[in-house]
Amino acid sequence: MEGSEAIAESMITAGCRFFAGYPMTPFTEVLEHMARRLPEVGGVCMNAESELEAIGMAWGAAATGTPAATGSTGQGLSLMQESLAEITFARLPLVVLNMARAQGDYFQATRGGGHGDYRHVVLAPMDIAEATRLIGLAFDLTFRWRNPVLVFGDYYLAHTAQAIDVGTDASDDRDTSWALDGRSGGSGNAKLISPLGEHKKKSQAGYNLSDHYRATAEATARMVDGIEPLVETGFTDDADVVVVAFGTPAKYVRAAVRALRADGIAAGYVRPITLFPFPSAAVAAACEGARAVAVYENNQGQMIDDVRLAVLGRAPVHFIGGLSLDRSGFGIAPDLDVEVLRARIEEVASR
Amino acid sequence: MTYVPTDEPPAQPAKLVRDFTPDLIDVGTHHLCPGCGEPVAMRAALEAVAELGVVQRTIAVFGIGCYTAFSNNLDVEVLQALHGRAPSLATGVKRAKPDAFVFTVQGDGDMVNEGLQEVIHAAARGENITCLMLNNGVFGETGGHMTATTVLGQRTKNSLEGRDASAHGYPILLANIIAGLDGAGYVARCAVNNAHNVTLAKQMITAAFESQIAGRGFSFVEILTMCPTGWFVDTNEGPDYLADNLASVHRGGVLKDVR
Amino acid sequence: MTRTVVTRGTVVIDIDACKGCDLCVDACPPNVLVMTTDQLNARGYRYPLLEPGCTGCQICAQVCPDFVFQVYKYDEPIEIAVDA
Repeated sequence: MEGSEAIAESMITAGCRFFAGYPMTPFTEVLEHMARRLPEVGGVCMNAESELEAIGMAWGAAATGTPAATGSTGQGLSLMQESLAEITFARLPLVVLNMARAQGDYFQATRGGGHGDYRHVVLAPMDIAEATRLIGLAFDLTFRWRNPVLVFGDYYLAHTAQAIDVGTDASDDRDTSWALDGRSGGSGNAKLISPLGEHKKKSQAGYNLSDHYRATAEATARMVDGIEPLVETGFTDDADVVVVAFGTPAKYVRAAVRALRADGIAAGYVRPITLFPFPSAAVAAACEGARAVAVYENNQGQMIDDVRLAVLGRAPVHFIGGLSLDRSGFGIAPDLDVEVLRARIEEVASR
Repeated sequence: MTYVPTDEPPAQPAKLVRDFTPDLIDVGTHHLCPGCGEPVAMRAALEAVAELGVVQRTIAVFGIGCYTAFSNNLDVEVLQALHGRAPSLATGVKRAKPDAFVFTVQGDGDMVNEGLQEVIHAAARGENITCLMLNNGVFGETGGHMTATTVLGQRTKNSLEGRDASAHGYPILLANIIAGLDGAGYVARCAVNNAHNVTLAKQMITAAFESQIAGRGFSFVEILTMCPTGWFVDTNEGPDYLADNLASVHRGGVLKDVR
Repeated sequence: MTRTVVTRGTVVIDIDACKGCDLCVDACPPNVLVMTTDQLNARGYRYPLLEPGCTGCQICAQVCPDFVFQVYKYDEPIEIAVDA
């Protein structure tokens, strides 16, 4: 199955029944598949007239407790940032896909491009099989913590094919008691979902913003504490050089490390799967005995900041990534070649 | 002069014909300006909701403006949106829960400036929701600034000499534009500057709500409200200012009714 | 000599809710609302006083932005004595 279709199917299997999107490469095919499949399972797919409206529609559906998702590529995600921040302050579950072009959106995803103090969980699959599992996890996490979860994909995930199972069915125990359906109207205590607060003062109209922002900060802290960061490591126990990479490039880095090991070079790798919460402890532990750390990413150096913070001076951290683009600029990368990566890792190892 | 005591209900047999607040407004205390027309419009709208018997399936979607204070103050379920974005949220709610009764409450700055494409797209799609626009020709919450509906000659804090066509262009008469879209089933414009108009406004809001209940597509009511603060006039001059300056440009009436 | 004014209704006025905007005074058809001149409520605003002759038409409540009025209609009209 092509990645876009697999992603769409796994969203449906995870219980997604509302999707809104705007065409943009390489996200477009996910929208196409959802437009075809959601009505077949009694769901709704909206062809939004803009990314702003896509995130707005998903927000509205999410407020009714319907498992909802949207997505785009980096530029479309840029348009959605205000709403993404406010959806987080409103404590709503939402899965957001960035089918990214290269890896330059790491900061946008992990720091958030919106205003104010909020955090999103970010999951970065390296291939289609993992993407289908992480989509299911994304829906579980978003409902458990009532916080948006971003899945960081890319062009390769969208347009390569792999044989996969589309995962197990959605869990039934998602709490949606907070959701709107109209029925608490007239009760004297009708529900409110608002980025400005959910408590009604009842003494006068208006909000207490400072109370609300404090409460959402506490909820965020509980979420960050409550999520075990996901990571894959290999050959790190006795590694001289540890290479850190995420997403599709990490699969090639992994292969390069195996090739180096076959030639007797003590390389290891760490592949963060949750980009937020970043697996800092695992990165630090993996780099414990290393002489050097190398970071490969398809950008000018973004995840390397988090690696440096995790390593905290125990070993020098070298950037071996960079912009690796073909003429389309979509991140079809000349670098994604085991020989190219080997050479860069060996260069660091030889310093 | 003889004054009648007004601190207690009457001793003689009498019927309560109107309570302080309608059932669906939690408290009457708010910090909107003296003479503001928005609470008057809110009351008419919430009375209509109660009278139509849809309270337990209502989800109101609020924009951002002075009226946002009321999003926290209603006995119907409320979803608070961002400036301009209520129509897309309302769309998501209605598509996910087609049995819900969904309406938006937005100002002119919210709907015609920030969110113009959202409301036009929702209307074109024929979303079976009702959008209410409280139009006072200014951004009230920021202190009284020019919006896309400000009329020519109207003085605001950032058009102190009065809106000038060559510098600021012309006001958008949104209800008229919406009425031209096939997806719209009921479009009307009214005002709350006197009791007669408030009665008419409530009738139009009711008709718009009925249009949604009957599934006749997108319904829209533009409600001109007083903003003496934004207009630099005394509170008791607000109603005349509205009549002379806003209602003469944004003209009242039922602009479309597909029945 | 006293005269009486037929009065069909009355209001309860939440004085402290009022913001002194005057809209009720201008809107009242029998003209029985008048703003205080030197009395102020807890928030510092003038507020309306009621003269005899209210018809219980509810227009004050309809136009008031601050939910100041509760309106009653008498089962039978009453006569209120006024100073000549």
